[in-house]
Amino acid sequence: MDAINFLIHGFALAIQPSNLIFAAIGVFIGTAVGVLPGIGPALTVALLLPVTFKLDPGGSLIMFAGIYYGGMYGGSTTAILLNTPGESAAVVTALEGNKMARAGRGGPALATAAIGSFVAALIATVGLAFVAPFLVKVAVKFAPWDYFGLMLIAFVTVSATFGSSPLRGLTSLAFGLWLGLMGLDQLTGQARLTFGVPQLLDGVEVTTLAVGLFAIGEALYVAGRHLFKPEKPIPVKGSIWMTKEDWSRSWKPWLRGTAVGFPIGALPAGGAEIPTFLSYTMERKLSRKPEEFGSGAIEGVAGPEAANNASAAGTLVPLLTLGLPTSATAAVMLAGFQQYNIQPGPLLFAQHADLVWGLVASLFIANVMLLVLNLPLVGLWVRLLAIPLPWLYGGILVFAAMGTIAANPSVVELLLLVGFGVVGFLMRRYDYPVAPAVVGLILGPLADNALRRSLQMSLGDPTVFLKHPSSAIMIAIAAIALVLPFLFKGLAKFRQDED
Amino acid sequence: MFEKIMKAPNRPALVIALALFAMAAVTYWDASRMAARATYGMNASAASYFVCLFFVVLGLGHVVSAFQAASIEVEDIDMKAIGWVALALAGLIGSIWLGAGFVLGSTLLFAFTARAFGRRALLVDLVIGALMGLVIFLLFNKLLSLALPQGPLERALF
Repeated sequence: MDAINFLIHGFALAIQPSNLIFAAIGVFIGTAVGVLPGIGPALTVALLLPVTFKLDPGGSLIMFAGIYYGGMYGGSTTAILLNTPGESAAVVTALEGNKMARAGRGGPALATAAIGSFVAALIATVGLAFVAPFLVKVAVKFAPWDYFGLMLIAFVTVSATFGSSPLRGLTSLAFGLWLGLMGLDQLTGQARLTFGVPQLLDGVEVTTLAVGLFAIGEALYVAGRHLFKPEKPIPVKGSIWMTKEDWSRSWKPWLRGTAVGFPIGALPAGGAEIPTFLSYTMERKLSRKPEEFGSGAIEGVAGPEAANNASAAGTLVPLLTLGLPTSATAAVMLAGFQQYNIQPGPLLFAQHADLVWGLVASLFIANVMLLVLNLPLVGLWVRLLAIPLPWLYGGILVFAAMGTIAANPSVVELLLLVGFGVVGFLMRRYDYPVAPAVVGLILGPLADNALRRSLQMSLGDPTVFLKHPSSAIMIAIAAIALVLPFLFKGLAKFRQDED
Repeated sequence: MFEKIMKAPNRPALVIALALFAMAAVTYWDASRMAARATYGMNASAASYFVCLFFVVLGLGHVVSAFQAASIEVEDIDMKAIGWVALALAGLIGSIWLGAGFVLGSTLLFAFTARAFGRRALLVDLVIGALMGLVIFLLFNKLLSLALPQGPLERALF
């Protein structure tokens, strides 16, 4: 198989000392931000983009992927010991995990979460390595109209299908699309929505939007609602190792969680929350001891945690093969690729084969590192929670400012950052999802280009999208996905994730 | 039935609807000033018109939802804490604007934010913020060769 040869080559690159160091830094930072409240992987990668601008692309991307994986591991620690999930995909883990910790079984809960994450990420990364080349073969045949259809699907699923309210999700998306219009048009060089401000000619930076919405919006929201009452983590008592019964109750949920998480992550439907909820309900139905659910069932930790990590790996499939981000973290990582003038998509595997396969191979290595970091060293991460929140948020804002100024030292950029912060605060306050805005900003201009290039190729004939079966089917799927949530309000219970 | 009509509409949704209409108007105005340059198909302004239309539809959706039962409960917020964060951000922007440098800006940003989150030891936080700003400045300008804005303090020190 081709994939195996490429992977071996990738491993040769990934075990180079510099790449190992990048992976280690990534998983370390990722676990830390997963544990800490208020910062998720999307924000962290956004903050680090300007810092890594002058570093080696391969190494930086390995680091970003490490942060993504690490954030998923770290989130479970906070969810189990504090009942405040560090990131939204760990919400379900808190349900049973925190109950287990309260019953003095915090150790096994942490262990099943960490080992489950490891197993899931391992299988899902193998899946990524084998599915990606196949998808690439399909995707090289994609014409602009196919890309346009695909982006329509991504727009709709990210904003409407799984959100709490399609109206609010679509409004967030529209805001992102509007920001995407700003600046010089790529095809004709005309300025759109720049209002005579020269700094706007380059368009709105994805990092500025992400940092403003996530960091400043979150800080304003948390400060305004006094959500900073100190909470004491539950100390881990007794053995952290799982008993034989724990193992036998955990391994099936791990595998089932992976089976649910990876495909959902890989579909352009996005979000790590849907698979975690699905896995939780599934384990509850299949459990030998369903009565334990609600008071600390180990299956309820093992399954969702595995689903969570598998879907994180799954998200990388559309990102790498199609250039299609389906979560905010993936959108920011796409910006990371673009800052080195590398465009993810089918050509990535041809033009930058070393980089892609080195990245995939280091995901395996990062995964092993994360298991070590999270099992024996879990006490260290718990101590991070002792940082006083005033300092934590002060630090987050200083880093946010630093990242923005370093990328573009102008007052206009800072004013934009603060403006987005205010918008992010209002969006949180009135329950608008933030992720669609980020995805809209990054995919909007790409969709605009795909649409216009299609029309140029068809000499202005708009039926080009319906004449090709592939794009016609995709546009139909997007239309169905848009109408569905208005018909079935029940879908709304799968809330879209923010990170 | 009468009650339903008399019920006060959901204010935030109406305000958002107005904001959406305003953004649609701005976008329309901007697009209408662009010259047509495309040979085939669409101009660069077509996407603007599309987003404009999208805003109008969403605005109408908000107007409709404003007269339905409010689904979100909005909690009270502490404007004083928000004010401190605003002051922190203003301190940063002010010191960059006036050329006072990154270190002063991040000092004010850190200390005022900590204050917003309930810290009372402003002096200690100012010192911490200044140290943090200095370390970041050194790291960026010396190690990563990325230029953070310099003020009199940075120029005097390095």
